[in-house]
Amino acid sequence: MTPQNEIILDRRASVARILADRGDALLITGLGSTTWDAAAVGDHPNNFYLWGAMGGAAVLGLGVALAQPQRRVLVITGDGEMLMGLGGLATIAVQRPGNLSIVVIDNESYGETGMQKTHTHHGVDLAGCAAAAGFPVSRTIYSRDELEDIVSLLYAATGPVFAVVKVAATAAPTVLPSRDGPYLKDRFRSAVLGDRATG
Amino acid sequence: MSKEDGWSVEVFSMLQNMEVQQVAYVPDAGHARLIELCEADSRMRAVPLTSEEEGVALLAGAWLGGERGVLLMQSSGVGNCINMLAMIQECRIPFLTLVTMRGEWGEFNPWQVPMGQATNGLLHNIGVIVHRPDTAERLVEVVNAAAHLAFDAGRAVAVLISQQIIGFKDWHK
Repeated sequence: MTPQNEIILDRRASVARILADRGDALLITGLGSTTWDAAAVGDHPNNFYLWGAMGGAAVLGLGVALAQPQRRVLVITGDGEMLMGLGGLATIAVQRPGNLSIVVIDNESYGETGMQKTHTHHGVDLAGCAAAAGFPVSRTIYSRDELEDIVSLLYAATGPVFAVVKVAATAAPTVLPSRDGPYLKDRFRSAVLGDRATG
Repeated sequence: MSKEDGWSVEVFSMLQNMEVQQVAYVPDAGHARLIELCEADSRMRAVPLTSEEEGVALLAGAWLGGERGVLLMQSSGVGNCINMLAMIQECRIPFLTLVTMRGEWGEFNPWQVPMGQATNGLLHNIGVIVHRPDTAERLVEVVNAAAHLAFDAGRAVAVLISQQIIGFKDWHK
């Protein structure tokens, strides 16, 4: 490992920094740690948390992005969740939604099941996968300066944008948002659609 | 107009009327004409998938963002969707899929048979309501009813389309 690739970023601080600039962006989180990360920053009606559907977060974000082309849609998920849905990167790249950004909080581990190493620990380059699929912007983030640079791209660049944020494999307190599917769905639709949500 | 053209055009027209906007698919020969029609319509977005479970996630996102969708797939793809369909069931997200069947009527390829025979039961077990039109004449009516059940009553509904009514692949041509 070269010095510039030393993993120093903290997952909670990184997610908090990213969401500080969210504005009216819509947020989808992958099951497990990234759902707790978003909840730790603060619950929000524009958040839809996945508690299952592993491998589906990025493509679920695509569905939202195509339906809401005027809104920025942000997916924050983990490396294990993204690895389960790698084919989705190809599907997203083909649709090329300009308003979709995907952030992988990569601790190189399955955090909910005993910190077993994921494929990224063994060298699989998720940002390389996204770039090869055709994402116009794809980065791997190791430093606070790189994180600052990518935050503006996440909300303003013509996407799809893909960013892997390498974070330390340290435990953070579990912060649980609602896990009731119908409530989370209806709340999100009301926030996005207003009166149209019940139509 | 061929047999396939007839039902494809009518189902396409019905999907237009139901304001379906996202059409996710893994191709099947039985859906070929319907896919072409959807791709050519500027009000619809046809989304080819690498695997069928992506379509379940995509349509959940579409609904969250205020659009209706449909997933077109072959019966072999149903097996790929099962865990993702758990989200549809838990969140009570309207979901419509049109499944062209392999592995039953006049099947030549034995590798298609296990999944084809399991399709109906698997969908039922994960909470998807299954409709099976018994004639080509009733197909459009059944798809229309399924779309209303999905989008008006907020349910997950699959229409299984048998090769008995849309014709089967002739391996001896």
